[in-house]
Amino acid sequence: MAVDFSTAAPVRPRASTGRPLSRGAAISLLVLGALLTVLPFYFMFVFSTHSRGEIFNLPPPVWFGQHAATNYDSLLARMPFWRNLWNSLYLAIMSTGSTLFFCSLAGYAFAMYTFRFREQLFGVVLATLLIPGALNIVPFALMMQALGWIDAPRSLWVPGMAGAFGIFLMRQYIGSAIPRELVEAARIDGCTEFGIYRRIIVPLCGPALATLGLVTFIASWNNFLGPLIIFRSAQTYPAALALRSLQGLVNTDWGALLVGVVLTVVPLLIVFVFASRQLIAGLTAGATKG
Amino acid sequence: MQASATAPPRPRPSLGTRWEVFQRRYAPYIFISPFFILFLVFGLFPILFSLYLSFHQWQPASGLGSMKFIGWRNFTDNLTDPTFWQSLRNTGVIALESGVPQHLMAIPLAFAIHTSLKKVQGLVTALYFLPYITSVVAISIIFVTLFSWQYGVINVALNALHQLPLIGGLFPAEKINWLGNRDFIQPAVASVVVWKYVGWNTVLYLSGIQAIPADLYEAASVDGATTRQSFRFITLPLLRPIMFVAITLTLIGNLQLFEEPFILAGDSGGIGNRALTTVMYMFRTYNFYGDAGLAAAMSWLLFILIGALTLVNNRVFGKSRLSGND
Repeated sequence: MAVDFSTAAPVRPRASTGRPLSRGAAISLLVLGALLTVLPFYFMFVFSTHSRGEIFNLPPPVWFGQHAATNYDSLLARMPFWRNLWNSLYLAIMSTGSTLFFCSLAGYAFAMYTFRFREQLFGVVLATLLIPGALNIVPFALMMQALGWIDAPRSLWVPGMAGAFGIFLMRQYIGSAIPRELVEAARIDGCTEFGIYRRIIVPLCGPALATLGLVTFIASWNNFLGPLIIFRSAQTYPAALALRSLQGLVNTDWGALLVGVVLTVVPLLIVFVFASRQLIAGLTAGATKG
Repeated sequence: MQASATAPPRPRPSLGTRWEVFQRRYAPYIFISPFFILFLVFGLFPILFSLYLSFHQWQPASGLGSMKFIGWRNFTDNLTDPTFWQSLRNTGVIALESGVPQHLMAIPLAFAIHTSLKKVQGLVTALYFLPYITSVVAISIIFVTLFSWQYGVINVALNALHQLPLIGGLFPAEKINWLGNRDFIQPAVASVVVWKYVGWNTVLYLSGIQAIPADLYEAASVDGATTRQSFRFITLPLLRPIMFVAITLTLIGNLQLFEEPFILAGDSGGIGNRALTTVMYMFRTYNFYGDAGLAAAMSWLLFILIGALTLVNNRVFGKSRLSGND
C-alpha cells in the first residue's frame, strides 16, 4: 500500500490501510485456496496415467502411473478424438474470425460516427445481453432443425457472429484509443468508409481484437449445450461432447476418459499461460466497465 | 475519387459520386446491420416463436400441421407438475448453496491478494481464475472421480482430516456417497460450482478494491479510524456497485444452471431427481418427451422468475446502475 507511516510516526506504528486481515492470515488463506484450486487439475493429470482399476483403489493414486499409452489407445478405440478436437478447433476458429470482423465493424460505427438513432440502437445491442440464454434453447433447437442445420457446424458460429458483448468491447476500445482526427484525415484524403476501417481502425485495434478473440475462442471451445443440441454423430462431435458421450457409456473407461479431458483442457491452459492478463481483463470487461 | 466533382455546375451525379455519397451516408448503418439481421433471425424471431409456441400443443416430430392452440394449458400443466416445482426447489437450493459461499470466499480472497501480495499478484490471480476458463464438462468429469464413494480423493482426504486431534470432529468419520445420496448430491454439485466461480468473483472484487483511492484510507487513519472502521465505512460502501454486478451475474447464471449437474448427476437429474435443475427439466421435456410447447412455457416461467429476482436484487443492492451510457 502507498501509505507508509510506520517509519515516520512511531505513535501510529501500523497505519490502517483498510486491511481486515493480518498478513499471515491472508497468506495462509491464499495458499490454501490456491491448493484447492490446483489439486483437481493435478489429479486430472495423475489419473490419466492410471488404469480404471488403479484410479478406484485405496488409497487413490497421488503420483503418475504407467498406463498413459494404454489409456490413449483405448480412448482412440472408442472415439475419433483427434477428429473431435479438430471439430472444436474449427468451430472456435470460425466463430472467432467472424466475431472479430463483425464486432469490430459495428463497434467502429458506434464509436466513431454520429447517426440518427445511434443511442437507441446501441441500447438495443446492450439490451440483448439481458436475455437469459435458457429462453433460446427450445426455439434454437427447433429452428436449426427447420433450417436443416443439424450436424452442421455453422449452426453454432453463425448466430453469434456479431454478438453484443464483442460490439460493446470494441466500441469502448475504439472510442477511447483512436483519435477522431485520424479518421477525419483519412476521409479527407479520399479513403472510403470501409477503407478507414480496414487501414486505420483494424491496425490500431490490436489489443482489443486479441482480447475479444481469446474470449470468443475459449467460449466456443468450452461450449457444451449448443453442440449437445446440434450434433448427432461421433464424427461431428466437438471434444466436450465427445467426453460426455464417453462418460455416458456403461463401464466407462475412466483412464481413457481422463486422457480425453487432458487433451481438451491442456490447449486452453497453454493459451492461458501466455495471455492470462489480457483474458481476465476481457472477460471481466463487461462487468467492471459497465 | 474527387476528380468527378470538377465537372460543370450541378451535373447529374456520376455513378462514382453517387456511390461516394451513398457509402459516406449509410456506412454506419451498413456496419451495424449484421448485428441487427442476426439478432432478428436468431434472437428475436425464435423468442417470439417460443412465446407463440408456449400457448400451443406441439410435438415437433409430427410436423407444423399438428400445432394446436390450447391457451394457458402449458403454463397450468407446468405449475401443477410436482417435478417442475421440485426442479425449481433444486435450482434454488443449489443456487444458494453455491452462490452465497462464492461471494463470502471471494471478498476475503480479493482482500488478501490486494493487501498481502505485490510481485506475484498477477500470477495468483491467474491461478484462481483458471477454473473459470476450463470446460465445465472436463471439470465435472474430474470431480466425478474425486467424489467417488469408496475410493474418491475427497472422502479419503476428509477421513484423514477426521484423524486429526482437536479439529478432527469437524470432519465426517464415515465415507459420504456424494453423488449417490439424496442429501449430499446438491452440496456436491454446489461445491463444483463454487470451485469454478470463486476465482471469477475474486477478480471482480479485486478490481473494485483496487479502484478505491488509497488516500481515503490515509485520511481515515489520520482521523484515528481503526482497521475495522475503515473496512466498514470506506471499503464496503465503495465496493457496493461491484458487489451488485457480481451478485446479479451469479443470480442469473445460477438460476440457469445446467452443465455441472448434467454431467455430475447424469441427464436424469441424479438420485431422487435432487440435481434436476429447471433448465435440465426443460431440456428433458423438449428432448426426450418431445413436448416443445410445454418446454417453451417452462422457459418463460423461468424467465419470469429470473426477471422478478433480478428486480428484487436491484432494489436491495443496486441503485439502478445498469450498464448503458458509460
